[in-house]
Formats: sequence, C-alpha cells, structure tokens
Amino acid sequence: MTTGDPVIVSSDAAPSVSMQASRRQALEEAILPPLVALLLAAVVGDVLILLFGQSPGAVYRLLLDGTWGNAYGFGQVLYKATTLVFTGLAVGLGLRAGLFNIGAESQLAAGGFCAAIVGLFIPAGIPALLCLPIYILAAALGGGAVGAVPGVLKARFGAHEVIVTIMLNFIVLALLNYLVSAKLHVPDTLHTTEIRSGALPRLSDWIPSFQGSAANSIILLAIVTAVALGWFLFRTRAGFEMRAVGLQAGAAEYSGISVAGVTWRALAISGAVAGVGGLNYVLGYKHYYEEGFATGAGFLGIAVALVGRSHPVGIVLAALLFATLSQGGLAVNALVPKQMVDVLQAVVIIAVSVSVPEVRRLLRGARRGVR
Amino acid sequence: MIEVTAPFAIRLRGIDKNFGPVRANRGAELDVTRGEIHALVGENGAGKSTLMRVLSGMYSPDAGTMEVNGSDVTGWSTAAAIAAGVGMVHQHFMLVPTLTVAENVVLGMEITKGMVLDRARAEQTVRELASRTGLSVPPERIVSELSVGEAQRVEILKTIYRGARIIILDEPTAVLSPYEVHELWQVLRGLRDAGGTIVLITHKLDEVIDVSDTITVMRQGATVTRMPTAGATPQAIARAMVGRDVALTLDAEYIPPASPAAQESVPLLEVRNLTVAGARRAAAVDGVSFSIAAGEILGIAGVEGNGQTELIEAIAGLRGGAGVIALAGRDLLPLGVRARGDAGLSHIPEDRHERGLVLDYSVADNLILGQQHRFTRGLTLDRDRVQAHARQLIAAYDIRPADPALAARTLSGGNQQKIVVAREMARDFRVLLAAQPTRGVDVGAIEFIHARLREARDRGKAVLLVSADLAEVLALADRVAVMYGGRIVAVMPRAAATPEVLGSYMTGAEHAA
Repeated sequence: MTTGDPVIVSSDAAPSVSMQASRRQALEEAILPPLVALLLAAVVGDVLILLFGQSPGAVYRLLLDGTWGNAYGFGQVLYKATTLVFTGLAVGLGLRAGLFNIGAESQLAAGGFCAAIVGLFIPAGIPALLCLPIYILAAALGGGAVGAVPGVLKARFGAHEVIVTIMLNFIVLALLNYLVSAKLHVPDTLHTTEIRSGALPRLSDWIPSFQGSAANSIILLAIVTAVALGWFLFRTRAGFEMRAVGLQAGAAEYSGISVAGVTWRALAISGAVAGVGGLNYVLGYKHYYEEGFATGAGFLGIAVALVGRSHPVGIVLAALLFATLSQGGLAVNALVPKQMVDVLQAVVIIAVSVSVPEVRRLLRGARRGVR
Repeated sequence: MIEVTAPFAIRLRGIDKNFGPVRANRGAELDVTRGEIHALVGENGAGKSTLMRVLSGMYSPDAGTMEVNGSDVTGWSTAAAIAAGVGMVHQHFMLVPTLTVAENVVLGMEITKGMVLDRARAEQTVRELASRTGLSVPPERIVSELSVGEAQRVEILKTIYRGARIIILDEPTAVLSPYEVHELWQVLRGLRDAGGTIVLITHKLDEVIDVSDTITVMRQGATVTRMPTAGATPQAIARAMVGRDVALTLDAEYIPPASPAAQESVPLLEVRNLTVAGARRAAAVDGVSFSIAAGEILGIAGVEGNGQTELIEAIAGLRGGAGVIALAGRDLLPLGVRARGDAGLSHIPEDRHERGLVLDYSVADNLILGQQHRFTRGLTLDRDRVQAHARQLIAAYDIRPADPALAARTLSGGNQQKIVVAREMARDFRVLLAAQPTRGVDVGAIEFIHARLREARDRGKAVLLVSADLAEVLALADRVAVMYGGRIVAVMPRAAATPEVLGSYMTGAEHAA
C-alpha cells in the first residue's frame, strides 16, 4: 500500500474549468515564456552594447534595417530561416517523441550530399517540378539513414541517442568531406559538380527586389513540411502514439504501442526532415554540395526547437528570429563585433530554458490569486 | 501501562497541513514516550506520512506546535531534525545503487583520510554498527546487489549512523518477506531497549499488535485515539481506523453472483505453469496455475512484491513468461499487448500514473488510450468520435470535472482512476485484469468501482483481481487465491476465506497448495 500520496483527494476537488479557459491557459503558457526570454535577451544586449560604447537604439535600428528593413536583407533572413525551419522541425519532432536529436548537423549535410550526387545522374533539361520528388526522396533518405542509426541502436541496445548522434556528427561530416575532397570535387574547389537539372527558382525571379539574396522556392517546401508535421503530430494516430511515447513511455507500452518501434521511426523521420533541409542550398542556391554549406544550422535547430516549444508554428517563428539575429550580426558589425549577436542567441536559449518553468509557475500562481 | 510522568520524546499538538484544497492533517496530535515503539496507524490517506514528514522537517505545518525532547521545534528544517537525532526511513529507499553499503552509510558524513574516503575505517565503523544493532549486512557489498530487506537495513543503519535516537519508519514491511519482518522486529526491539524511540507507520494490525508498545490511530487527517497495545484487540483498532465495525461490514459487502459461474464450460482465462523471470536471480512468478470461469471473480491476496505485479504484466503482454496463458482456449503468449487486447483482454494497471494514463493527455485522449486504432478515419484520429466517446463515458462514470479537454493530470486521484476503469470496462472484453483497482482512491469512488467490477462479473466476464487490500479481496472475490514467494500457495472458495486463514497463508506460515 502506498502512503506516498499524502491524502485522499475528494472526488470533486479539481476545479471546474471550461474547455475554452483551459485552451487559453495552454496558449498563454506556450507563448509568454519565449516573449519574456526575448525581453531578457534585449536587456542583456543593451548592457553589452553600452559596454562597447554604442547606443542600443542605434545598434538595434541598424540590425532591423539590415534584416527586415530592405529586400536583400529580408531575403537572406528568409534563406537562413528556411534551413532552420527544417532542422528545428527535425529536433522538435524528436523531442515530441522524448528523444534529443543532436545530429541534425550531419543529417542536414548528408541530405544535401545525397541530393547533389543523385542530381549528377539526372540529365539536363528535365523540368524542375518533375525531378523535385526524386531530390526530396534522395535528401530524405540521406538524412533519414543518418537518423535511423541512433534510432535503431537505441531501440535495439538502449544506446543513448545523444551520445550516438553527437559521435555520428563527427563520423558523417568527416566521411562526406573525404568523399568530396578525395573523389568528387571539381578541381581547385571543394564542391561537387553542378547539377544539370532541377535547380529551383529564387524569390528574386518573381520579385526582382530580392536580387542578390539566396532566398528561393524551397521556403514553400519548408512551410509545407511544417504544416505536414503539425498534422502528423496532432491529428494522426501515429502522431498520437509518438507523443504518448515521449510523454510517458510506460503508459504507451501498456496501451500496446511498440516503444522501440516509435523510437527508431521518430529518429529516422527526424533525420529525414533535417536532410530535406539540405535542398535549400543544393537545389535553391548553389546547385552543388560544398563542404560546410550550412555549418551550425543543425545545432541552431536545437535552439529553434527549444524556443519554438517543439510546435511547428513556434518553430517557424523561432527560425525567423534566429535567422534575423544571424543576418543582423553582419549588419551591426560596423558598430559592435558580430559575435555580440552570437551572445544574444545564447542568451535567448538560456532565458527560454529558464523562463519556461518559471513563467508557468508565475502564471499558475496568478490564476490561483484570481480565484 | 503508560506512566503519566514519562518524558515525551515527541509531542505534536494541533498540527494542520493543507495541500491546496486538500486538508492532509487537521489538528493531528501525537505523543510518543521516550524509549518505546509507537505505532501510528490508519487507512491509506489518513495523513500518517504527512504528519511524519512534518515531524522530520520535510513539511512545515500550517498550524500547531511540535516538541522534541521537551524543546519547541515547530517548523524546523530537515537539517535541524537530523542534528537533533530525528531520522526517517522512507518507504522508497534513498540509496546510491552503485556504491557499497559502507559508502552509502557514511555518505554526507564521510570518514576521510586527508581528502580521500578512508574506506577501511568506514567499513570497520559500519561493521561495528551493524553488529551492535543486529542490522547484519556486509559493508563491502554493492547496494544494487542487495535484497530489498538488506537495502532497508542499510537505510536504518544510515539513519543510526547519523545519530538518530528517534527513528521513524514509513511502512517498512510492505516489501519484506515474513522472515525479514521478524528480523526487523528484533532489530527495532533492540534499538528500543538501548534507549531509542521508534515511530512505526503502518496500516497492518498484526504488526501493530506484534511489536508496538503504544498505538495512535489517525483517520482523515486527525488523531482519533491513543491506547496502550497491551489489551488492544485488532477489532478495536480497526474500528478506530475506519470509524465503523469492520468485520461486520466485510461480510455484508460480499455480494455473490446473480447466477452461479458456468463452471463446466472452457475457462475464459487459463494460466498453466506460468513462470516469469524476476529482477534478481529467482523467478518472480514460479509455476503458477489457475483458471477463471465466465461470471467469476478470482481474487489474489498477498503481501505486495510476491509476484503479483509480474503475473499481471505477463498476462497483459508487458513481460515475457513461459507456460500457458489462454483466453477462451486461445493461446495469448505469442501475441503482443495490442493483439491480446483485441482478443478480449482488458487491463486496469496497478500504477495509473506510470502506466494507466498519459497524464498530459486530455481526458478524452486517455479514454481511448490502447484503443486508438479503433478511433481512426484513414490515418487520422476521428476527433468527433473521440469526443462523443469521452462525453458518453464521462457521464456514465461520473468523471469530474466533466470536461473532456482537461489534462488528466489536473483531476483528482479518484477521478483519474475512473478514467482508467471507464476505458477498460467500456470496451469489448471477456477477461478483465484488475490490479489494485482502488488504490489511493476515495471511499465514494471505491464503492463505485467495486459495483462496476461486480457488474462485469454478472455480465459473464472473467475477472482477475489483485489487491494488497485484504478487505477488497474479501468484498469482491468469488474465489480467493493467495500468492506467496511467486507461487499460489492456496485457493479457496469465498466462504472458506477468512482474514485469519488468508493471513496465515500470506505470511508463509502455512504451505498447502
């Protein structure tokens, strides 16, 4: 007999809360913590800027002007955000299944690499839309294979996915670099031969003022992927089961869900999503694979997923935020070192991880006070 | 028996402790004489553990005064409590499994040589302490290799090592074999005779009579009575605990089936020679056989930890086993959890927080857990059907608050259990596994759940009930089996099952099969 529960709770002790109110509470608890975190980051930023002898107002204005203030800057924000949406979704999907995928960095690279190699075999002149599915499949398989390895190792042997994904980052990136630099590169470069078909239009092809920026139509694929993952997680039976495993593996097992099966599938899908992110560079921008084409985007995806609370909408917004900060770093370089923006990104991450439980506690305290 | 002038080790007066709307202690009192074994008894949820956590400094009381050895210690900290020689041995052990016995005992008050642990001297100290107290356990063993009883001895050693003269034990026998219980009593008597004071939290009457000098009974957060053990009868203690005459109610509560069970047909659930491996070397379930007919409740009584959990999990498919498990003649062993469910097996798990519910899922989602494959439309879950299903069950089982969108976490324990019961009873099933179906549930919900279980029986289902609560087994079961040491040591019709008979089998005193 347990005496761990201190008391018998009377059957109607729980407060009667209407469905709407509970939804509103959930929304408040989802939205407020990141906002508080941003506010905190802004304060830290002010202090840093003042330490460099600059006016915070001037620096922030420059940051905004260089990003959302002109078409080129905005285009660069969109380009960077596109990759971050994919890596953020990849990490977020893993978190929903209770898995911490640190390997988006190498999954992204593997996806881009596979697409670039497959592209070498597609003859010139085939319409982009016709070969797009092949590229998506190649990138998803490349990233998915890298993701499936820690998944299977965890499901089969209980190997911790954090360790395996970190180590795979080293192995996969080194292997790709070897393949490209030793076998597949164009002489005097570190990139593969340019693909001959399937290159996608840039945004500047439709809106000329985006001229010069790398923003391209893969952004549409990013939005479609975000919507699709939201549907998968919150509408489908497979998503229901995946989230159940993430929240309470014991209950999931009891309900007949194969926890091992969900584990390896979640990591494989996570890797596939990160892998498709490689298309942003390979199909949308340079049309070849180059070593280090998106260095750091995989790790930043972890921050995006955390700040975005592993929700597709939050992830898209967080990706825009982090893309703005990276691009803004270049813009403010004249006044303060661009590394200051890296510090700001780090502050946002720390502030979010602190503010989530803290803000939630304050919110609940306030509600009790109201009652 | 008790001298009025005897010095009190502990005096608690008018202790109130609330958790939100829940009043765990209301004006609770406790007087413990120095050098006695004092039993603090009461039903589950009577507020015993809360009161002892207040005493040991883990909780601060909302009202009331606390005295230890004559000085006022109201609202003290755990550190102050330890310094004053008050130690608590918790029900869930707080040991580092990878360290040795000696290392665990001295942890936090290490015997050092310079900056490093003086292992030899630590082991010597622990060995001496062990032989002085009778808590024999080799100091160099790794804790993860110890049996539960040995681990408990380490906990007690740790408490004594830290200088505790007042030792509180929270349900120490729940996980012990009868022989280990016997050994524990000897240790406690030795500690008392050496001048120590023991407070023993329990709800088992035989233990109270066996070992204590004085008894305090709690009910619904308040102290009901304090009496010397000499001269106290189990009936009198039980009456004080429950607030009514228990023996009489037990007989009155059992309601035989409307029509006798169909004994001649194929049993709905048959288990033959089932063996399930345990965490340690020995088999947790050791060659168990039984069968349950349609329209019958088989109750399994026994001290917790005698293989009941493993038995239920093996039948449900959560654990591997060897032998035969058949549902209406169909072999279940090769099937997974879901396939067994589809074959007609329903399961109320013993731990609703760990297994029965996804606490962060809504009530509606929890009401389809395990049957999500029946609520699909293509790849997606059919939200309309899930909602309709939830509304129907919330009404039929009176789940409060009646809001399908609320997270299960926000409901009270009784209503959470109603979610599990509603889900498992509303589906199409032929055999129901009910493990501790009313644990931690309030009285109203208990009666409701019992009525549902009897109803299932009367509808021709086979029910396997496992309960650590003897009263529950006696109230529901049509046949009673007793599990001890992984085996079924006795099976008897309800009419032959009395608490005395079952008790002797449960403690391993009698071995007839």
